[in-house]
Amino acid sequence: MSDVTRLTATEIAALVASGDASATEITQAHLDRIAAVDDRVHAFLHVDTEGALAAATAVDERRAAGEELGPLAGVPVAVKDIVATKGVPSTAASKILEGWRPPYDATIVTRMREAGLVMLGKTNLDEFAMGSSTEYSAYGPTFNPWDLSRIPGGSGGGSAAALAAYEAPLAVGTDTGGSIRQPAAVTGTVGAKPTYGGTSRYGLIAFSSSLDTPGPCARTVEDAALLHAVLAGHDPRDSTSIPQPVPDVVGAARRGASGDLTGVKLGLVREFAGEGAEPGVMAAFHDAVDALTKLGAEVVEISCPNFQYALPAYYLIAPSECSSNLARFDGVRYGLRVGDDGAKALEEVMSLTRESGFGAEVKRRIMIGTYALSSGYYDAYYGQAQKVRTLITRDFTSAFERVDVLISPTTPFVAFPLGARTADPYQMYLADLYTIPANLYGGPGISVPCGLSEGLPVGLQITAPTLADDRMYRVAAALESAIGTLTPGELS
Amino acid sequence: MAAISREEVAHLARLSRLAVTDQEIDLFAGQLDVILQAVARVGEVVAEDIPPTSHSVPLTNVLRDDVVQPCLTPEEALAGAPDAEEGRFRVPRILEEEA
Repeated sequence: MSDVTRLTATEIAALVASGDASATEITQAHLDRIAAVDDRVHAFLHVDTEGALAAATAVDERRAAGEELGPLAGVPVAVKDIVATKGVPSTAASKILEGWRPPYDATIVTRMREAGLVMLGKTNLDEFAMGSSTEYSAYGPTFNPWDLSRIPGGSGGGSAAALAAYEAPLAVGTDTGGSIRQPAAVTGTVGAKPTYGGTSRYGLIAFSSSLDTPGPCARTVEDAALLHAVLAGHDPRDSTSIPQPVPDVVGAARRGASGDLTGVKLGLVREFAGEGAEPGVMAAFHDAVDALTKLGAEVVEISCPNFQYALPAYYLIAPSECSSNLARFDGVRYGLRVGDDGAKALEEVMSLTRESGFGAEVKRRIMIGTYALSSGYYDAYYGQAQKVRTLITRDFTSAFERVDVLISPTTPFVAFPLGARTADPYQMYLADLYTIPANLYGGPGISVPCGLSEGLPVGLQITAPTLADDRMYRVAAALESAIGTLTPGELS
Repeated sequence: MAAISREEVAHLARLSRLAVTDQEIDLFAGQLDVILQAVARVGEVVAEDIPPTSHSVPLTNVLRDDVVQPCLTPEEALAGAPDAEEGRFRVPRILEEEA
């Protein structure tokens, strides 16, 4: 058989369904690929060889018994290590959770198991998903398969790199300010942030609860849509889960793949069309806009005047929520405990544990959040950021009265060299400039490859109204049909 | 003018239960100052009459039926704890010792 690690999830599922390949063979081929390349890529924090092969065997047995299997049965998947997986280490790339094995599965993990997906292991991320390059992982960075001296984006750099290095055909990410879409853009892969509340947060290690959204990562739009359909849907265990049917994202992706966008109105966000972006990124973006126009789409320029305040508002809201969420890491119920010598009191042990277990970026964000929520500063910082959030939502809703979706580059720059932005934390934050507004609004967004700049991938972002996830898949699949997928060279 | 002083950073670290070192305070004071000056831009927006948004989904209390459901056993719940004793989480002393 040819190298199955080069196949799409859709192709793998067809092989398994027809009996031309077993889930076990497919899984073993991906485990072999991981063993061959992951010492250079470092996409994985933990490879669950035994669990993956057991899950694959179970799929093969179900098929042999004549059971009806789902459309992704037997397809391997890599899962970001901020998602709780029963009995499998879940660290959030933090020392404070080193070795923790959750006693339960996240809802999205349960859904994938039931759908017959085979979990290969857990992927690297910036600690607690706080970062844009995966350099803030406590276990060392992930390297971009397009150029191993460059970052794979973040926080979900491990999931995106695993796809680009053909270690997995599908992956799961979480997107709080762009952590699915920005890594997809800089690795030439596809990443979608569903509507907030469209996918369950139950079992995610919480960073910013009003923003965290799990979603699919893949190498094609159709594959992303298929995984989206498995992950999404109401979950009574998440109080912010939306009790409504999931839009037909798979049907929309297949419709879009026909390449006809007649009657579709795309809004070009004026505020995100140039300022702060690399010229090569803008050139690739404008070529893609031309391609979309040739498919029949109408492009309208749209002004979203409050988007310029999205980044500062986000870097107040997310740290505020994180300072509260991360209070649970107190050295009592799970994870690390430092300094418990029998003489020190609880508060001192707690402070020593957190000092030792958290990295610098996590500490910075906890302190920023504590500051923004403290009396005397609350109104000027957190309160004002929440008002800005309202205005950004209004920008989106008025834009969607005129157009079907909004488009922009996904990120202002291509993958940068490791170390280029770690000295100045705010320079790192700018990587999320274009992705953050959708998180504050709650609507869905997808990044799809749209070309190269300096030989490195550029992503185009499509954002849609809340619960209209299908619209962005249609446009993304149409663009993919026009310009194709991006393939990196062999790992050097 | 700096948005935040070294003393304020030390205070924030105490509130956050982070036993930071003096070197960290020096480093963080500069970095937090840059970040706070940048995010203070939200103050440029005139938004007196604008209601705040805490959440994109309208929040209401979500209650489930009061029916017993399977849950973790005490052993499972304690399995990840740094220290446990007699089916409970064991913690360092909370009160100062008697003189």
